[in-house]
Amino acid sequence: MERKGDMAEPEPPVAPSDPAAPAVAASPVRIYRHRLPTRIWHWANAVTLLILLMSGLMIFNAHPRLYWGQYGANPDHAWFAVGATPTTGFVRIGETRIETTGVLGRWTDAQGAEQTWAFPGWATIPTSYSLADGRRWHLFFAWVLAIGLTLYMLWTAFGGHLRRDLHVRRPEWSPRHIWHDIKDHARLRFPKGEAAARYGILQKLSYIGVIFILLPLMILTGLTMSPAMGAAWPWLLDVFGGRQSARSIHFIAAWLLVLFFLVHLAMVLLAGPVNEVRSMVTGWFRLPPERDA
Amino acid sequence: MSGLILPRRQLIARAGGLVAAAGTLPLLAGCDAINEAPLTRKILSMGEEMNRASQRALIDRDALAREFSRADLSPVFRSNGTKLPAGDAYARHAATGFADWRVAVTGLVAKPLALSMADIRAMPQRSQITRHDCVEGWSAIGEWTGVQLSRILAAAGLKDRARYIVFRCADRIGDALYYESCDLVDALHPQTIMAWALNRELLPIANGAPLRLRIERQLGYKHAKYVTGIEAVASLDGVGAGKGGYWEDRIDYEWYAGI
Repeated sequence: MERKGDMAEPEPPVAPSDPAAPAVAASPVRIYRHRLPTRIWHWANAVTLLILLMSGLMIFNAHPRLYWGQYGANPDHAWFAVGATPTTGFVRIGETRIETTGVLGRWTDAQGAEQTWAFPGWATIPTSYSLADGRRWHLFFAWVLAIGLTLYMLWTAFGGHLRRDLHVRRPEWSPRHIWHDIKDHARLRFPKGEAAARYGILQKLSYIGVIFILLPLMILTGLTMSPAMGAAWPWLLDVFGGRQSARSIHFIAAWLLVLFFLVHLAMVLLAGPVNEVRSMVTGWFRLPPERDA
Repeated sequence: MSGLILPRRQLIARAGGLVAAAGTLPLLAGCDAINEAPLTRKILSMGEEMNRASQRALIDRDALAREFSRADLSPVFRSNGTKLPAGDAYARHAATGFADWRVAVTGLVAKPLALSMADIRAMPQRSQITRHDCVEGWSAIGEWTGVQLSRILAAAGLKDRARYIVFRCADRIGDALYYESCDLVDALHPQTIMAWALNRELLPIANGAPLRLRIERQLGYKHAKYVTGIEAVASLDGVGAGKGGYWEDRIDYEWYAGI
């Protein structure tokens, strides 16, 4: 049975008396879950963010130290640093040093040569050190991200996606409801049947957080690092506390996006990768049958 | 037996390494081939043009980079690039306090000049406490004193055909003397100065003595040090390999370094 419409639109549940019911067991209920803009943006963004991350790590390699405040250079205290001793690689966070030989600070490249750049070649664009090329990739795909995000935010806000799918309804804000969803996720109990047609509260909050908070934060902190933007929009420097603070926030937010990606990926794998990926390609999602059905 | 174990382990390790290398090498080589492809370079360089066009459109010609207070100064102002130009000529200048240093103002100007440091200090001065942003990611705040480039260009009489200002430097890196360039928007910007003092002291050699460019809305590599010449040109085609700067020509840094 097929049902076209937006996922959160209340539709009569499939009851045994429904004339279509006999077919349910054989062909599960399919709903049109992701509209075309969502699908295009999702995959374009997946590629864009991967390129931005890897080229960003290359740029970080040029100066693998982070500071708070308006200024920060080698003579100043870095709250985060990746470095190398004559034999090891390490990460230092505050005063805590963690040895990371082989991965960060000291690693062996594909040709077998030892390198002491912060992030290894397999994690950066391009593979071997080039700040110039890393910047070319980063500053081009930053435009792809910014334009895509702007269009998607507008479509989400005015095209009904926000109201229908992402809007958190009053009862969902109750701590009890949120706690219930957390427990379900922890037990890997995913919604079945009609309940699977809508996003849960944690899903809504994480998608809203990525689209409306994390990604704009990446763009704004990126712009704050631009010396020209400091002249155009000096308030950026006040909002983020300076160019070096913006650089630190940019780095942290990038890893929050990586964290989102890892959880997102895990959820897709656990909830049924074929159905989930297919729905993000074709738009059509099969509602997982009720446990006792 | 024990003699055999070690070689075998080494063998396995080596074989494992080969498999790993065979697995990753083509992938990495493929990525780098994409990076080197002319079409890729062409597409990616659109980013620079979009940055330049959008920032020029968004930012007022004379909008100032933030100026800080003395309380905000970096305790130590880091230097980068050339820290001491090689050669006897520069050493002699340094030994004599740059008394014979001349800055040639040439090209598309009505009246070419050869300015001494005394000439430059006799002109009206500007001091500004600004943030120096290196392309690598670090920043340092310093107080710069010097003469606005616009005053020097006015004294020389910029011709109508002039579109860019090229800066010639005394420091040789590898095969060439350093050079940089900017358009007239940045050249005539009120904060664009030829600075001879850092933090109220004569410019240290590591920071570009006796004279360096400050071009506050762009990244550090644009701020030419050890300046010996200021040249007005109609096009960057005849400058170096044509991209307008030492690093632009050699490793493809952006000519427009506003971000």
